[in-house]
Amino acid sequence: MKGSRRTRFKHRMKSKITEKQARLIIFIIVLPVALMLAYKLSSLAGKKSVSASQFVDLQQGAISHPGYRRAHAKGICISGVFESNGALSELSEASVLRTGQFPFVGRFSIAGNDPSAPDLNAPVRSLALSIQQSDDLSSQWRSAMNTPPVMAVGTPDEFYEQLLALAPDPETNQRDPNKIKAFFASHPQSKDFLEWKQTYTPANSFAGEIYNSINAFYLVNQSGTKQAVRWQAVPSKLQGDIPVMQASDPDALQQQLTTMLQNQAIQFDLLFTLASEEDDVSDPTVLWPSTRQVINAGKISIDGSQAQKGGACEHLNFDPLILPQGLEATADPILRARSAAYAESYRRRAKEVLIGEYK
Amino acid sequence: MNSRKPIKYYPARSRLLHWSMAVLIISMLLIGLSMVESLAVWQPLALSLHKSFGALLLLMVIIRLVNKYLTERPKLPKKLSKLKVMAAKLTHFALYAAMLLMPLSGWLMQSADGRTVSVFGLFNLPHLVDANIKTYAFFREFHALMAWLLIITIVTHVLAALYHGLVRQDRVLASMLYSKKPK
Repeated sequence: MKGSRRTRFKHRMKSKITEKQARLIIFIIVLPVALMLAYKLSSLAGKKSVSASQFVDLQQGAISHPGYRRAHAKGICISGVFESNGALSELSEASVLRTGQFPFVGRFSIAGNDPSAPDLNAPVRSLALSIQQSDDLSSQWRSAMNTPPVMAVGTPDEFYEQLLALAPDPETNQRDPNKIKAFFASHPQSKDFLEWKQTYTPANSFAGEIYNSINAFYLVNQSGTKQAVRWQAVPSKLQGDIPVMQASDPDALQQQLTTMLQNQAIQFDLLFTLASEEDDVSDPTVLWPSTRQVINAGKISIDGSQAQKGGACEHLNFDPLILPQGLEATADPILRARSAAYAESYRRRAKEVLIGEYK
Repeated sequence: MNSRKPIKYYPARSRLLHWSMAVLIISMLLIGLSMVESLAVWQPLALSLHKSFGALLLLMVIIRLVNKYLTERPKLPKKLSKLKVMAAKLTHFALYAAMLLMPLSGWLMQSADGRTVSVFGLFNLPHLVDANIKTYAFFREFHALMAWLLIITIVTHVLAALYHGLVRQDRVLASMLYSKKPK
């Protein structure tokens, strides 16, 4: 069969080209077609999700600030000690949760992509910590906590839509209240978030806010038992008066913090809320009932601050998935997306630092 | 049979190394390129597997280089033009260089980011350099660049193998597929 077809083919070509040349021609034609088909099929398969770079593109806005974080660009470095009281040592084998003193580098920041934005305009404030468990570089616990206790939505795709709805119009620079209203109306899971937003008034200091882990994590003990938790840093009572803020100063919160730290350390209690079996630990939109057990794991004591530029927190990536043994990520889609989005932001600014764009 | 006759087919251990690494490397490239862009729930797991298999591949490429040095290889057909022989040598050199530099740059970028590479949760690789954002940036971009170089060389390598097998119909492709002449 094959032979006869070949012979006929050869005959038609009147032997002007050899059999080998014919094979080469077919090879050159068939291969790109096959590759193009495969590519087309692969792009058809599966629905498109928001990618890490699309997400970071949206966060950084039209004009990026080279070398700075794409989100929460403005902040101030802090340092101090986590005084762990060991109350969670039965639930987790992490040495940072056994009785002891653990130094940390941290950062107070405000939401937004502009490193020179006025402190008091930002809707969200953050406290990020990188607690050193031991001298071993690998045993760090990084946590990036925010003022809202929950997310409005529970997946990266929905969060992307939310950011789009909240973004100001590029021409008028105004937010569209109808767009925002429509977004929240079509996402009823934002109920707990909106209730928090209505009752929340910004504190008159970085030191007066409650900062939440938002996502749930697992405490894992030596026998492998897992307990889902969320944590929050709750301000301890300050001694004396809080220094007055200069509301007109774009760096009002940072200035006040620096002044405060000259007189006293700023302290937070690190409170862990234990999930019950009824709580969906992979859903960051639902606030757990106030009846859940709360355990105080110790005190975060901040005793120093540094400008971000040249400070110890400047080039840290507060990736919430950098966890010591004894702490694990839940399946929360937002938590798992945070790590990849932080990595993309970090990659961009690292490259800008390397090529000298960061001044 | 004359025992001094040059071999025509690769020995089993070479074929095993070649094909197992081919499967692993192509999977690693696909996982790597998709995980850096993905915000999906599986991303952190993919990342940790990528690091573990990267360490495994570093070990395998070292074994392969030793094996290459110790083993007699089938010669290219005598009829092959000088240009094609040069192209084959260049592609093979690029493949080995990329196979070594991919895992090394991955390990270096993790060290420079202050992170430890855990190999399947069994043990940790030591840190190669101090944490530094510029060192990180260099190896991060190098790792990505090397990935594209590797993809280009693999495509070239596969096209050349198919050219030998389908167009020239010589023994080059068969030497990596079979242990003896197929019936």
